[in-house]
Amino acid sequence: MTTLHRRTFLKATLGVTAVGVAASAGLLTPTRVLAAEWPKNAFDAKSINDALKDLYGASAATASGSIKIKAPIQAENGAVVPIAVSATLPNVQGLAVFVEKNAQPLVASVALSGAEGYFSARMKMGQTSDVYVVCKAGGKLYSAKQTIKVTVGGCGG
Amino acid sequence: MARQTRMRTKTQDGATEVLVLVSHPMETGQRVDPKTKEKIPAHFIQKLSFTLNGKEVAVVDLGVAVSKDPLVGVKLKGAKAGDKVKVTWSDNKGESNNAEATV
Repeated sequence: MTTLHRRTFLKATLGVTAVGVAASAGLLTPTRVLAAEWPKNAFDAKSINDALKDLYGASAATASGSIKIKAPIQAENGAVVPIAVSATLPNVQGLAVFVEKNAQPLVASVALSGAEGYFSARMKMGQTSDVYVVCKAGGKLYSAKQTIKVTVGGCGG
Repeated sequence: MARQTRMRTKTQDGATEVLVLVSHPMETGQRVDPKTKEKIPAHFIQKLSFTLNGKEVAVVDLGVAVSKDPLVGVKLKGAKAGDKVKVTWSDNKGESNNAEATV
């Protein structure tokens, strides 16, 4: 399920909301200690939902205007796409960046304990895609997205 | 082989931005060597850990989708001049290095 469209993504997320509520008890206790192992399964996951489940134990995220993505609308070189994410939600515990159409959507995940809800990096994008940012704050997941157009792909070659 | 790791901090409006630049190939494991036609094995940074005065404040897990020579930034709040920020990274081949800077 590499080509996950917005509609199916929303359906899938809505479908697991009930599961998410059930798992929220588990969400409140940190599932991942800060200095834990590198989450291999999450980075190998082929879909955003799978990666989210592995990272945070749930994949139901609410769209939030408090997450700001600073990235170009059009990137000339897919090998280097600068992105900066800031979340002004209270109690930000983690941030994760996904490129929907990359073979492995998870770009980076940040666990915060005392730092602000901010993260910046440069990432590779295979093709034009939606970029999702999921923020974990106060035990809940919030998301934001932006479409980035890529003229030259940054994977392979 | 220690790879060059540089760090810089900038304080603005009470928040300190910490930027880390590591010179690292960040191979995805999907690229093919044009000469030997063999896949170049994956080689990428997996973890960056930031500490402020010895206390861990942020851990960044990176995947193969991060560009080569990664430039990673986080923001710290409440950092004062003279505070020590340290970053330690490690990759999937067991290489690691660290850098230190004073706010």
